[in-house]
Amino acid sequence: MEKRATFSSTTIGLIFIAPMLLLIFVFFYWPSGQALYWAFTLEQPWGGGNQWVGLQNFQQLLSDPVYWNSITRSLVFGLASTAIAMGVALVLALFTDRELRFHRAYRSIFVWPYAIAAPALGLAFRFILAPEAGLLSVLNSVWPNIWNPALDGKDAMIAVIIAFSWKYIGYNFIFFLSALAAIPRSLIEAAAMDGAGPARRVADIQLPLLTPTLFFLLVINITESFQDSFGIVDIMTQGGPARATELMVYKIYFDGFKGLDYSGAAAQSIILMGLVVLLTIVQFRFIERRVHYK
Amino acid sequence: MVERTPLFDAICQAILLIGLLVALLPFAIVIIAATHDIRTVNIVPMPLMPGHDLMANLHEAWVRADLGSKLFNSILFATSVAAGKVILSAMAAFSIVYFRFPGRSLLFWAIFITLMLPLEVRIVPTYAVAANALAPFQAILDLTGITWLVRTVSGLQVTLQWGLLNSYPGLVLPLVATATGTFLYRQFFLTIPDELAEAAKMDGSGPVRFFFDMLLPLSRPNMIALFTIMFVWAWNQYLWPLLVTTDPKFGIAVTQLKLLIPSEFGLPDWNVAMAGTLIIMAPPLVVVILMQRWFVRGLISTEK
Repeated sequence: MEKRATFSSTTIGLIFIAPMLLLIFVFFYWPSGQALYWAFTLEQPWGGGNQWVGLQNFQQLLSDPVYWNSITRSLVFGLASTAIAMGVALVLALFTDRELRFHRAYRSIFVWPYAIAAPALGLAFRFILAPEAGLLSVLNSVWPNIWNPALDGKDAMIAVIIAFSWKYIGYNFIFFLSALAAIPRSLIEAAAMDGAGPARRVADIQLPLLTPTLFFLLVINITESFQDSFGIVDIMTQGGPARATELMVYKIYFDGFKGLDYSGAAAQSIILMGLVVLLTIVQFRFIERRVHYK
Repeated sequence: MVERTPLFDAICQAILLIGLLVALLPFAIVIIAATHDIRTVNIVPMPLMPGHDLMANLHEAWVRADLGSKLFNSILFATSVAAGKVILSAMAAFSIVYFRFPGRSLLFWAIFITLMLPLEVRIVPTYAVAANALAPFQAILDLTGITWLVRTVSGLQVTLQWGLLNSYPGLVLPLVATATGTFLYRQFFLTIPDELAEAAKMDGSGPVRFFFDMLLPLSRPNMIALFTIMFVWAWNQYLWPLLVTTDPKFGIAVTQLKLLIPSEFGLPDWNVAMAGTLIIMAPPLVVVILMQRWFVRGLISTEK
């Protein structure tokens, strides 16, 4: 879409866009290029420039079981928390959209969890799910040692998934509810006149019309599970026990800033960037299709 | 609703109530735990009747995590990020929509692409740039031979150095450098009728005047929505502030949470930890509750 009435002064136009361009050049394009350069080179131990090593960093990474472990953990975490956060949010949004009593209260309260910082809810859930205090410790007093996220990798993974899903239920709920509100009421009423019950209407009208939102949220949730999980993991488990919750961004942070292995961390960043870009491209293609559909 | 289904309605209400309980439970636990003393908070299960030590715990957490100055930094940081976003993206969108200079669509795509890679994903190289924000320009000067030229002509060595680690600009600038807000404004500017710009031009107004006197007042709702979500987003940032601010003087509240985790072999003073959590999570929550309409609106229009 183009404007008919525009201003002709190129100088003023460039002045207006310059600050933004300067910022993204310094803090986006340059670092991204830098990451590419590092990924294919190796830093000399005592300074003195980088040495070109080709794909060696990637080969090393991809033959490292610890790295594959972090990919698998990230996928398990991403898929499980996305499924929970989206599933629960969809049910809550569908029911809230029926405008029963108190629906205004539901509409505002279900958004609250999204306002909480990931590390803050990480600390809250660390207490709630702690093995010796809080809420879930009740399980341990009935069946000793059944729940211990500090020692059992599976429990730790469950704990971070619960914390993350709790926050993103709020996020998904906002989008589902606004998409549901955009469905014309007359459509629902016509279907009801034809004898379609609530379940039928969800399956045949609301869900099909929600598919663009579903798909959009699927991509966003998975990308967020890569980034926003850092605070939760860092506060709740620090990647442990025994790397059971070492997600990709956490491993990049750990290798790059604690292990000072810039080349390895850069190669990991490149792989993660590729993954995120791939997801985003899929999403853009789908958004284009939605525009045609309308 | 369209028909009477009392039984189904009751089931809906029951499920929504369970949802409400799940949504509110963590808030409730944090608040209740913050009112207990250290002995009560460690009883299994934790008593759900509030205790009397709320003020003492808040005070202890406040002192231990130095929350006075940290909250101040957080407010400064989140406000700057949000304001920077609101201003810079309005300007960039104005340039993209209302001017017709060569390479405009290229610039548009250059900004658009930044949406793809969030800061967390490119954290290592961004950190390196923050150590010297002028490094890119130094490299350009070196590559184009200007450094060499200056040295041979005047004998001076050109070294550009502007370290951003442990500084407010270092906290703020990298977080402003994304396209989120630009598209919100772009979509909005495109809906403004052409006649407005035509009329302004006919009355002799230049682009700067048009921007300040017409576009900005018209986009006030967008600015509020964008400011609200960017404030909450910036307040909740963790990884970047953790890396950039090793000097406690510039630390923000959220990264202080780490100090409050009870250590494995120390006192399990979860009451203080929860009191700290309560203080740190409160500001964005208050913003979301008070500005709910703007928050929801901003979220939906920036992400799509």
